[in-house]
Amino acid sequence: MWDYTEKVKDHFLNPRNAGKIDDADGIGEVGSLACGDALKLFFKLDDEGRIVQATFQTFGCGSAIASSSALTEMIKGKTLDEALEITNKDIADYLGGLPKAKMHCSVMGREALEAAIQNYRGEPVTAHELDGEVVCECFGVTDTQIRRAIEENDLKTVEDVTHYTKAGGGCEKCLPSIEELLEEALGAKKKAQEPQPPKKLTNIQKITLIQKVIDEELRPTLQADGGDLDLIDVDGNLVTVSLRGACTNCPSSQITLKQGVEARLKEMVDPGIEVVEEA
Amino acid sequence: MGDTIYFDNNATTRVDPRVFEEMAPYFCDLYGNPSSMHTFGGQVGAKVEEARERTAQVLGCDASEIVFTSCGSEADNTAIRAALEAQPEKRHIITTKVEHPAVLNLAKALVKKGYHLTLLSVDGDGMIDLGELRDSIREDTALVSIMWANNETGTIFPIEEIAQIVRLRGVLFHTDAVQAVGKVPIDLKKVPIDFLALSGHKLHAPKGVGALYVRKGVPYRPLIIGGHQERGRRAGTEAVPNIIALGKACQLAFDAIDEENKTVRAMRDRLEAGLLGAVSKTILNGHSTQRLPNTVNLSFKFVEGEAILLLMNELNVCASSGSACTSGSLEPSHVLRAMGVPFTYAHGSIRFSLSRFNTMDEVDFMVEKLPPIIERLRALSPYTEE
Repeated sequence: MWDYTEKVKDHFLNPRNAGKIDDADGIGEVGSLACGDALKLFFKLDDEGRIVQATFQTFGCGSAIASSSALTEMIKGKTLDEALEITNKDIADYLGGLPKAKMHCSVMGREALEAAIQNYRGEPVTAHELDGEVVCECFGVTDTQIRRAIEENDLKTVEDVTHYTKAGGGCEKCLPSIEELLEEALGAKKKAQEPQPPKKLTNIQKITLIQKVIDEELRPTLQADGGDLDLIDVDGNLVTVSLRGACTNCPSSQITLKQGVEARLKEMVDPGIEVVEEA
Repeated sequence: MGDTIYFDNNATTRVDPRVFEEMAPYFCDLYGNPSSMHTFGGQVGAKVEEARERTAQVLGCDASEIVFTSCGSEADNTAIRAALEAQPEKRHIITTKVEHPAVLNLAKALVKKGYHLTLLSVDGDGMIDLGELRDSIREDTALVSIMWANNETGTIFPIEEIAQIVRLRGVLFHTDAVQAVGKVPIDLKKVPIDFLALSGHKLHAPKGVGALYVRKGVPYRPLIIGGHQERGRRAGTEAVPNIIALGKACQLAFDAIDEENKTVRAMRDRLEAGLLGAVSKTILNGHSTQRLPNTVNLSFKFVEGEAILLLMNELNVCASSGSACTSGSLEPSHVLRAMGVPFTYAHGSIRFSLSRFNTMDEVDFMVEKLPPIIERLRALSPYTEE
């Protein structure tokens, strides 16, 4: 059992501001089902540009829910610029600290806040997973995210980096790269840049991209016909989806699946993709 | 016990008071060393041999084929290393993707030492394909190691059939039976198994004792070298009270296995049916029939396992989860992923494992209290809306 503070337990057992805001000014979403935690943050501004209402929806463990709840309390009454000054460490401090292995929950809070503010400002949302060079392929963590976590939290060891960003928590192949980023940040002599291999999509990037194609291109078309589609799972190149609404009983749904959905995903994401319907 | 409801018996079990009573005199009163020449130690030695007989009985083997160890992991490690050391020319190991870390991580460590490893896959029910097993056995296969029953899902492998297949090809066969002993009838006289590992604390003996069955005539090398204890097969002064406890626990399990399988299964079935009926978007992980009578592993879509456990903890109910946040590795259970359980479900898995000490009232309490917990967490989740 994790050693949570009373405040973490309180925010988990009695989450503040759970739910969504239908006419939110800004919405930010980070994480995914695959990663095991995800946070959707909503806020509303008053006439003076201060956050009057903030809510969250979170899929995740106790500390993910507590961090989300804490974040909504912390940003209330702040201007967006003030809110942007909140670091993951502030969120953890607000909760009286988080277990080290759970610090990534506070990082997720900070990232959702940034995404929501970017969303409000009409800036292209820099999907964090797609920003920078991916270091950890298991969790789609980039060097940018790792550098930032090291800097803001004064991290000293590879294990710390894993606790804060999840990087290195899967197959552990990237541990030497994390070590290099640490050395670099700690002022050690930077190794000569080696030519980078062509960028290959990581699983997380792939899932994110598939979800994007589905949400932005495929679902609107299907919805126009009274149907809908959900992404259920991605396992390598095998994409499992579930057809909804009118699609469920539509005799041409298999054609939609293969010629519509699969063809588009092959083109946009990976030529090896196969789409199947959830059993 | 107090008000705690303990549904986590595949993690560890309560020491049965009858077991505790049996071992208690061997701490402060009968503390002799079984190897000693005097009667004071000798009487302890006799009691250790009685424990060996009792342990052999639950397996249907000869007492001389039992080697006491410190735990199940030691038994697994001993068996695998013995098989490899005895056949240095053979460099190939076969096991499954869903093994307990005691086998899986050892196998992976051996790859770094130059061994070749085949990991058999499982289907959606967690069952292996015997065809794949047959095809995987090679000239240089030193050992096949396949668990009897899975600790996470309770899925029971057809070990009798597997053992026959492996024997026909002249390869040594080890089974990690830590979850099976006491729950599945075992008769080693009828099944050609070469090594079998068991653990005391999974069947109401204390932590710190296990046993390895080594079939007579099977090549063997000790893992721990030193004194002549266990007839030179495992050095180190015997953990006398623990061994006596293991023997008693095996005796109790042997005497009660049929009856307990009925009562425990009835509770498990009621829990399973109750929760599947009461909570939507819930699936069973594991085989519907070929499964330990005490285990049910359910996945609740769109919620995360640790959060469920924390809310259950508020009610003093103990269970386990295969979610990333509880696995300690940031990734969800290797067993559920090997079975192809989608992420949407894998992170929300909860394992309930019962024992002779559970009651129907506890089951009914859980069936009443869990659905609102899942609803509460789904209400927080961004994925709930369809």
